[in-house]
Amino acid sequence: MASSSSSLPSMEFDIDEKPHVLAVDDSSIDRKVIERLLTNSTCRVTTAENGKRALEYLGLADGQHPNHGDLKVNMIITDYSMPGMTGYELLKRIKESPNMKEIPVVVVSSENIPTRINQCMEGGAQEFLLKPLQLSDAKKLRCHIKKLNN
Amino acid sequence: MDSVVQLQRQLVDYRAQLFNEGFLDEQFNQLQQLQDESNPDFVVEVVTLFFEDSERLLDELAKALEQQSVDYRKIDAHVHQLKGSSSSIGAQRVQKVCIGFRNFCEERNIEGCQKCLQQVKHEYSLVKTKLETLFKLEQKILAAGGSIPLPM
Repeated sequence: MASSSSSLPSMEFDIDEKPHVLAVDDSSIDRKVIERLLTNSTCRVTTAENGKRALEYLGLADGQHPNHGDLKVNMIITDYSMPGMTGYELLKRIKESPNMKEIPVVVVSSENIPTRINQCMEGGAQEFLLKPLQLSDAKKLRCHIKKLNN
Repeated sequence: MDSVVQLQRQLVDYRAQLFNEGFLDEQFNQLQQLQDESNPDFVVEVVTLFFEDSERLLDELAKALEQQSVDYRKIDAHVHQLKGSSSSIGAQRVQKVCIGFRNFCEERNIEGCQKCLQQVKHEYSLVKTKLETLFKLEQKILAAGGSIPLPM
């Protein structure tokens, strides 16, 4: 158990327990960049190339039996525009799940469309960020990471 | 044989030139800042992914524009991807052509699209050559025992 000694609302983790982020993006370039950005901020990253794979990983795919025993995800970051299932659709599926809905979801997009942003925020997204992601965004992301109680 | 200092000078100047001429933008700097001793090849790896992805997309675009019945939505989807990836590595001139390209798609303007394809192929080829030159310079510096100067 770690106690926070700073005045900022910091999330303190056991030394061996890095926050685990699931990053979903159909672009191999963006997956690599996001992975580096987050590992640079001492997170552990799992990437998925589309919504379907992300749901499978989370145990939320159609026909899957939820198996959350060992799975620990502190944040999900997803691209909006993906083939098959958009980031918004993925967000909704996650928020509909009793077990996964508490996980903060951040949506990223290369397009600055207010209706899209509103839609995602109303859908329960923690934040909506514009691509390309930068180092300054990593700091924002770090704040959203939720410490899960074991 | 150039000294390490001379090579480093060359690199800094060449980088500055690429930025001044609009081939690269701030996003490229962001990538360089993510590179460190534990991830020494990060930039080369990302750029290599960009090269592979772009070449695939350019092929798809050429094929799509040759079809009897042109599928503008498909073309737009490919251009959107190329715009995204070029933006992610800071390949500014490629990104800019993609913006115009998408407009022509929306207008279903075949000639505009074909022109943009030629333009984007040209810009891609330019930035590829320049990045390869940049990486070669970096390799030379490392081989001579020097370190790569950090971006300003």
